[in-house]
Amino acid sequence: MSKPVVATTSLAGCFGCHMSLLDIDERILDLIELVEFNKSPINDIKKFTKKCDIGLIEGGCCNSENVHVLQDFREHCQILISVGECAIMGGLPAMRNGIPIKECLEEAYINGPTVKNNTEKIIPNDPEIPIMLDKVYPCHEVVKMDYHLPGCPPRADLIWEALVALITGNEMKLPYHVVKFD
Amino acid sequence: MKNFTQKTIEKYHHDKTRLMDILIAIQSESGHISPENVTQIANELNMSEVDVEQTISFYHFFSMKPTGKYSIYLNNSVVANMMGRADTAAAFEKEAGITFGEVTPDGLIGLFETACIGMNDQEPAAIINNRIFTRLTSFRAKEIIRDIKDGKKIEEMFSASFGDGANRNNLVKSVVTNNIRKIGPVLDPDYKVGEAIRKIIRMKPEEVISEVKHSNLRGRGGAGFPTGLKWEFCRNAIGKKKYIFCNADEGEPGTFKDRVILTELPRLLIEGMAVAAYTVEASEGILYIRYEYKYLEEYLEKILEEARMKNYLGKDIMGKKGFNFDIRIQFGAGAYVCGEESALIESAEGKRGEPRDRPPFPVEKGYLGMPTVVNNVETLCSVVKVMLNGGDWYRSFGTSESTGTKLLSISGDCRNPGVYEVSWGFSVHDMLEMVGTTGNVQAVQVGGPSGSLIGSDEFNRTLGYEDLATGGSLIIFGEKRDLLNDVVVNFMDFFIEESCGSCSTCRILPNVLKKKLEKILEGRGVEQDITDIETWGKFLKASRCGLGQTAANPILTSIKNFRHLYESKVQTRKEYDTGFDLQQAVKEACEASGREPNI
Repeated sequence: MSKPVVATTSLAGCFGCHMSLLDIDERILDLIELVEFNKSPINDIKKFTKKCDIGLIEGGCCNSENVHVLQDFREHCQILISVGECAIMGGLPAMRNGIPIKECLEEAYINGPTVKNNTEKIIPNDPEIPIMLDKVYPCHEVVKMDYHLPGCPPRADLIWEALVALITGNEMKLPYHVVKFD
Repeated sequence: MKNFTQKTIEKYHHDKTRLMDILIAIQSESGHISPENVTQIANELNMSEVDVEQTISFYHFFSMKPTGKYSIYLNNSVVANMMGRADTAAAFEKEAGITFGEVTPDGLIGLFETACIGMNDQEPAAIINNRIFTRLTSFRAKEIIRDIKDGKKIEEMFSASFGDGANRNNLVKSVVTNNIRKIGPVLDPDYKVGEAIRKIIRMKPEEVISEVKHSNLRGRGGAGFPTGLKWEFCRNAIGKKKYIFCNADEGEPGTFKDRVILTELPRLLIEGMAVAAYTVEASEGILYIRYEYKYLEEYLEKILEEARMKNYLGKDIMGKKGFNFDIRIQFGAGAYVCGEESALIESAEGKRGEPRDRPPFPVEKGYLGMPTVVNNVETLCSVVKVMLNGGDWYRSFGTSESTGTKLLSISGDCRNPGVYEVSWGFSVHDMLEMVGTTGNVQAVQVGGPSGSLIGSDEFNRTLGYEDLATGGSLIIFGEKRDLLNDVVVNFMDFFIEESCGSCSTCRILPNVLKKKLEKILEGRGVEQDITDIETWGKFLKASRCGLGQTAANPILTSIKNFRHLYESKVQTRKEYDTGFDLQQAVKEACEASGREPNI
């Protein structure tokens, strides 16, 4: 039987969840025995080369590119998992959600105290730049998500247990210390 | 203003439990409560400024910004909309030159929305500087704004005639009408004031309680707690002072029967409070009235004064040594949740109207920590009739579980909206025939937004605690009404606005459920959205008070009884759709940066 294929990405996140994935320490050797990685920053594969079984999503969607990547993941992955607070609830980036995006952009590029030399009052508008969304969306408000792994970041053990449970088809072990958050 | 504030604070003896009264006085005097007022109040009452501000911010009718010399609060309830509110609102906006939520630059006119003001049988209605204007039209709106601009006084702005009954009283002079359509034992005008007091003072308090228990009278506010039992608990509770509260906060949209009792039978109510006081040995009564009925203040104060003159209130009432009882009026300031008894007590203590954790129940630790009975207006009026005619007589009305009669506030698509007193056990079908409907009736909202929306297959159900329990609000919807867009959305907005924010379930879930509903209405919903609403709605039961626990009822009962309306709007081709719209999500940023959405 061929190995299950895993893809990962970081959208509006800080890569902390990916760091936590690496935090499984020597078990990473077990992991590469268990699964094959496709598109992921871990192996630097930029585009999907085949259908995947599991997609791990870090971060929510703050711009149009995030949405496209997430939709691409949904198309290619059988199971999608929101990994960490930003993917699940928008997290820290969503702190801007109470402020209209126009005000955010004006503060960042026109009115902010550190803005210099923007005499023409331009808000970056190159067509190459992804467009900011009106607010930061958690992943499940954009596409269907199958599972959620909470934490900021989720503990390495939690990610490991979840992956192993999914791959082996066994029930996931959820001891208290893995799911308590304060 | 500084002097006025100082005088007001002194009038209430620097007592911080009277903060509501102080704030109401200042708000009425100057149209807002300024930061300077807050500082002064905080200093004089020995409170922190944020404590004063948190009370101000809790209530709809308090504002820290000017609300205009003439503050117009137009009701935005479902029935107001059904009766043509949109035209009236547009006329107000056009003539005043501002939109709702704004004050004219010269500070003359403020336009605001407000939830049901207890005038559902005469909508659209508005409150202008504490006076009620009913049956508004776009023409009347134009007239009113013109009169305001001409500098007329509020009294000069009423149309030709005043309402019926005591609405014509010199101290009321209101255009409100009572619309009493059917009288029964409670509304019976043939009643001699003071007879019940005369009778009970010859009885032992325990005998009075036993008679009330025998009558099987249950609380008329909606929850239906046995009145005799409540009194017994309070009588047996230990406390150096006890209180009788009358809950006249009727905020459930569609209810207005207490307003009619307060207008026509205030003496009956006072007598009921005195009977309650005698049985539990309470010395002070508080009549808590919603702010919307402030136009009745002078009239009710006069009636209380008259009751004191006749010794129905005061010392050694009707010659009974040691039976001392007096009543003060406490006004609210616009908060539905204050109809919940512990929130009402909090409010009367000058605080935010947030429900308390129970136990202890108010009968043990209520107002100022003392044993307190909180009864609905109608309950207290019923008590008088029970004591005059006996429990057996009372049980001859209604059913075995629900004895006596119920005052119904009926509004919506019918020929004769108003107050009807009927025996419990009355069917919805009979009710519809009684009020005279035009065309087919699609649905009836029983018990206001927190009750149920029922369809024609349930019109044979009966009103009573054993079947359709209700505080008395019945709203009729004809076949042309759009139940989801016009009714359910409006009710959900109401609950979202009125949540005190204390429990996360009630603060968050109604928003989430309403978003789901909007998604379905916009055609982006799927079957799972309906089942999600049903599943998630259940979590509201974890809320502390009845408001939170019932906040999903508009959606849940309409799904239960009108599922086809939801199912006809969801997408059948898809199993899942988040409803996310990228074009819409990038629109604002594109406008801000001046670029095309090349997505």
